[in-house]
Amino acid sequence: MNTTIGSEQNAEVLDKVAIEGRSLWDDAMARLFRNKAAVGSMIVLGLLVLIAVVGPFVWPHSHETIYRDRVWIQPTLENLHIFGTDAQGRDLFARTLVGLGVSLMVGVVASLVSLIIGVFWGATAGFIGGRVDLVMMRIVDVLYSLPFIFFVIILMVVFGRNIVLIFVAIGAVEWLTMARIVRGQTIAIKNMEFVEAAEAAGVSQLSIIRRHIIPNVLGPVIVYVTLTIPVVILAESFLSFLGLGVQEPLTSLGRLIAYGAADMQIATWTLIAPAATMMLTLFCFNFIGDGVRDAIDPKDR
Amino acid sequence: MLGYIARRILIAIPTLLVIITVAFFMMRAAPGGPFDLERPMPEEVRQNILEHFGFDRPLHEQYFAYLGDLTQADLGPSLRFRDKTVSDIISEGFPVSATIGGLSILLSLFVGSIMGSIAALRQNKAADFAVMGFAMGGITIPPFVMGPILALVFGIGLGWLPVGGLDPRFGMTPERLVLPVVTLALPQIAIVSRLMRASMIEVLRSNYIRTARAKGLSGPAVLFRHALRAAILPLISYIGPASAALVTGSIVIEQVFQLPGIGRQFVMAALQRDYTVVMGVVILYASLIILLNLLADLVYAALNPRVKFE
Repeated sequence: MNTTIGSEQNAEVLDKVAIEGRSLWDDAMARLFRNKAAVGSMIVLGLLVLIAVVGPFVWPHSHETIYRDRVWIQPTLENLHIFGTDAQGRDLFARTLVGLGVSLMVGVVASLVSLIIGVFWGATAGFIGGRVDLVMMRIVDVLYSLPFIFFVIILMVVFGRNIVLIFVAIGAVEWLTMARIVRGQTIAIKNMEFVEAAEAAGVSQLSIIRRHIIPNVLGPVIVYVTLTIPVVILAESFLSFLGLGVQEPLTSLGRLIAYGAADMQIATWTLIAPAATMMLTLFCFNFIGDGVRDAIDPKDR
Repeated sequence: MLGYIARRILIAIPTLLVIITVAFFMMRAAPGGPFDLERPMPEEVRQNILEHFGFDRPLHEQYFAYLGDLTQADLGPSLRFRDKTVSDIISEGFPVSATIGGLSILLSLFVGSIMGSIAALRQNKAADFAVMGFAMGGITIPPFVMGPILALVFGIGLGWLPVGGLDPRFGMTPERLVLPVVTLALPQIAIVSRLMRASMIEVLRSNYIRTARAKGLSGPAVLFRHALRAAILPLISYIGPASAALVTGSIVIEQVFQLPGIGRQFVMAALQRDYTVVMGVVILYASLIILLNLLADLVYAALNPRVKFE
């Protein structure tokens, strides 16, 4: 890292610096892949994604099909109800697959929404600075003190249980921290010597943003996005658990857990299957998130 | 310091106003209304009811009327429960929610700081890994999964604890509180122990701890008199976010354990378009979070002589 900064005083090596800069990412990748928990989680998560995507097309049962004569069947190989059936005689494995798919999709899409809003807000505030910065961050402060979950609940009630709205609502809740991180990072980097050096060497504003600001902001942003995904998945499941999330016949892990919790005295497996799937998914995301943070965050090097 | 408190409260007023305004207009934008019953009522009756509650007036007039009532601490009548005011509903549900929330925050601070300290003192040893593994589990497993599982194991499986809700007729006996409080506290215990571990490790490395040891103080004296006081500071500033998390958590806990708390009331009221109850609960919780944040800052300053009120 020190050699990178030192060599930046020379304008001629600026191009080379950019190439060397990528080796930082290689370092981070190497560190990430040395982390056993993270690598293991990536493999498991990859499998989960694969099952969630391919499963519904391959599995003999649909999540909507109701077998009236097979209500609350325990997990069995007979008829391939490997997770059993629910109170209405629907195959629980098929439903868990769909729920997992919805949860994963919500996790990714809502995190992207929060990423876009947060980066845009934070970068604008940080880059323009002055009064604009003051007002924009003051708004973030005020929003921070709102009991947001109430607003998400009201939102869901107001606009109906629409899956696109869930993406937007949760993403809109989670962007605040992202905006703060991006703003802080932008301000810090804007004033750094290597940016000054680049300016002195006559590098254009656009190139500075592209070559210096964005790659340096990217680290914490990636870290925060990976840590946001499990939070978002939880938020969606929370709403679904309360019956405010996705609507039947579509389902999500939170909804399945709610049904399972209601029926657990009669049919324990209806709770265990979705709960275990959800926990496995969240563990994977958390381990990967921690791994990415340890790999990228300079503090922990 | 009084000036600081006054300024914080002054800042809180516009924040609350924003919350009230957004919640008011969002709620009114919702399709349907509180009087859409399964059986349609005669138009005349409907008009009378709307007139009685002032819903026939323009929206902005209703808004200002509502604000006017608020200044007199009047949250209005519930639209669904004809014989109850919003204050009645809140004063019925709030003690339940507050008891569970308050007990869980105490439990999580107590257990979390002990576990975090142990992990810090035994860094990279078995006890540390055990605590951190537990913390990972606590952060990962959401209350709405943990609640049913605990109820399944301790309530149905072992039969140690009652699963059912806190029926007001039976009162809040301790054994009925155990499962909800523990479920709500677990994720917070996890976060607190992580925070405590990190800050304790940092404090133990600092110069003044070395000085204290060098002058011959015993291990416990160093730990309790010097290290703990500094290490506990990050926990104090965590109380603000923790209270917000407890609010979210209590909605689920009350659903899982069928508790007659305020979180359940809120979800029901939102679904039934009981505008006034929704507004009342939002205002209550927003004020509570603002207040707890202020309180946390004051305690933080009292414990940390380096902080001065600007």
